[in-house]
Amino acid sequence: MDKIYLDHAAATPVNKAVIEAMLPYFDLHFANPSAVYDIGAEIKKVIDEHRERVGALIGAKAEEIIFTSSGAEANNLAIKGVVFAGQKKGNHIIISAIEHHSVLNSARFFERMDYEVTFLPVDEYGLVDPDGLKKAIRPETILVSIMHANNEIGSMQPITELSSICREKDVVFHTDAVATVGNIPVNVHELDVDLLSLSGPSLGAPKGTGALYFRKNLRLMPLIQGGIQENGRRGGTENVPGIVGLGKAAEIAAQELSHSENIKRVQQMRDRLVQGISANVDRIKYTGHPDRRLPGHASFCVEAIEGEALIFMLTGEGIYANTGSACASKALKTSPVLVAIGVPPGLAQGSIVFTISRGNRLNEIEVAIDTFSRAVKKLRALSPVWKGHRHL
Amino acid sequence: MYSKEVMEHFTNPRNVGIIEDADGVGEVGNPVCGDMMTFYIKVEDDRLADIKYQTFGCVAAIAVSSKVSEMAKGKSLDEAKIITKKAVAEALDGLPKEKMHCSNLGAEALAKAIENYEQNRHS
Repeated sequence: MDKIYLDHAAATPVNKAVIEAMLPYFDLHFANPSAVYDIGAEIKKVIDEHRERVGALIGAKAEEIIFTSSGAEANNLAIKGVVFAGQKKGNHIIISAIEHHSVLNSARFFERMDYEVTFLPVDEYGLVDPDGLKKAIRPETILVSIMHANNEIGSMQPITELSSICREKDVVFHTDAVATVGNIPVNVHELDVDLLSLSGPSLGAPKGTGALYFRKNLRLMPLIQGGIQENGRRGGTENVPGIVGLGKAAEIAAQELSHSENIKRVQQMRDRLVQGISANVDRIKYTGHPDRRLPGHASFCVEAIEGEALIFMLTGEGIYANTGSACASKALKTSPVLVAIGVPPGLAQGSIVFTISRGNRLNEIEVAIDTFSRAVKKLRALSPVWKGHRHL
Repeated sequence: MYSKEVMEHFTNPRNVGIIEDADGVGEVGNPVCGDMMTFYIKVEDDRLADIKYQTFGCVAAIAVSSKVSEMAKGKSLDEAKIITKKAVAEALDGLPKEKMHCSNLGAEALAKAIENYEQNRHS
């Protein structure tokens, strides 16, 4: 059975060209980049070349890029790095209520250490109100972190507005751009951010890669103390094949994103999916902002059924999607994002998220629509909550 | 994550439905929690002549409901009363640790249906 993969927010296949670019760095060019001799210095050069490519994808200079193991590590480095460096005096941090766990828990880490954290609420579409940020900033605020887009509901934040408020008040602004880099053009100067996180798996690079952009002159305390790697900002022998992969993937992504038809095509597939599902399934809520959202992202809450069961019904027919349902999470807790946008807990259980990419085809979307409709029908037929078969 | 037996009962759940003139009905859980099961039973000569259910929940919840109905159908009330969550989980060749509560829910819903039948009889 052919798989139809619609969960690109979770992982993307690595391009053959990327794999080919990486291979020589396992056994042919294997020296340690920090070695003083020629074969080491060569590798150092290769790393910096690929650093430039990652920078180029987001409009940054090579020396403004720190390679990390993941988007999560980049988020940790951004938040803990800024706070521990103490460039500005203060003890107040602001993040949105719908950040990724790596941002949420980094903020909570500081909350336990007598820092104050404000969790900015979002509206029913998941958007932060710039006025809300303005009001929340105080003299003691040292950092604001608000994600570029949220992978669960697809909504994109008004980053330029938010960052200009921070610029005005001299507060460092970080954005988690894991969901956007590689999917839409992202430019750190247009967004006017001080820090930006990106993740390799989101853009066709291997797992175990990521990067943090940081504006020059921003003081950052390293998370991983160690040697001289990454200019003293991140210790540990570099993941050379991974870095090469990330750089190559960034180069390919930049090329693909320069053709707007590529993004349009993804949007068309997403729009068709939404149209098809909405026409065939009733009592279903489209979550996130209808327009200000990632081009390939479609998320729903389906009444009267549970998300994990829906996912398994789909995978039984070779279709892969994601869910924010409580039963699907190890912690068995309702998705904080759905709670934050006001979805009632019962409805939040029926969460399903599709993330389409440039590699998908329109006929796959048609199959997905049909399979989805049948799966929902089957689950509703056995649900006591559907059509009020509640006896007591 | 799930055993073959769980997936079988999820993909082809047995005894799904409602019994309009049920002798006993047992409902546990609610959609807010993420799990809800309603069991319906028909009792003849102190045996579970028929048993049907509806379930809102994950793969484990649906598989458990199906397995419980399979284990209980045709049994005497006394035999059905002692169906434990452990027995259900074993019959399903095991459940992931965080899903064990689903097997609890299934056993509970059946017990409630039997309880309801016995209450109805005495009223």
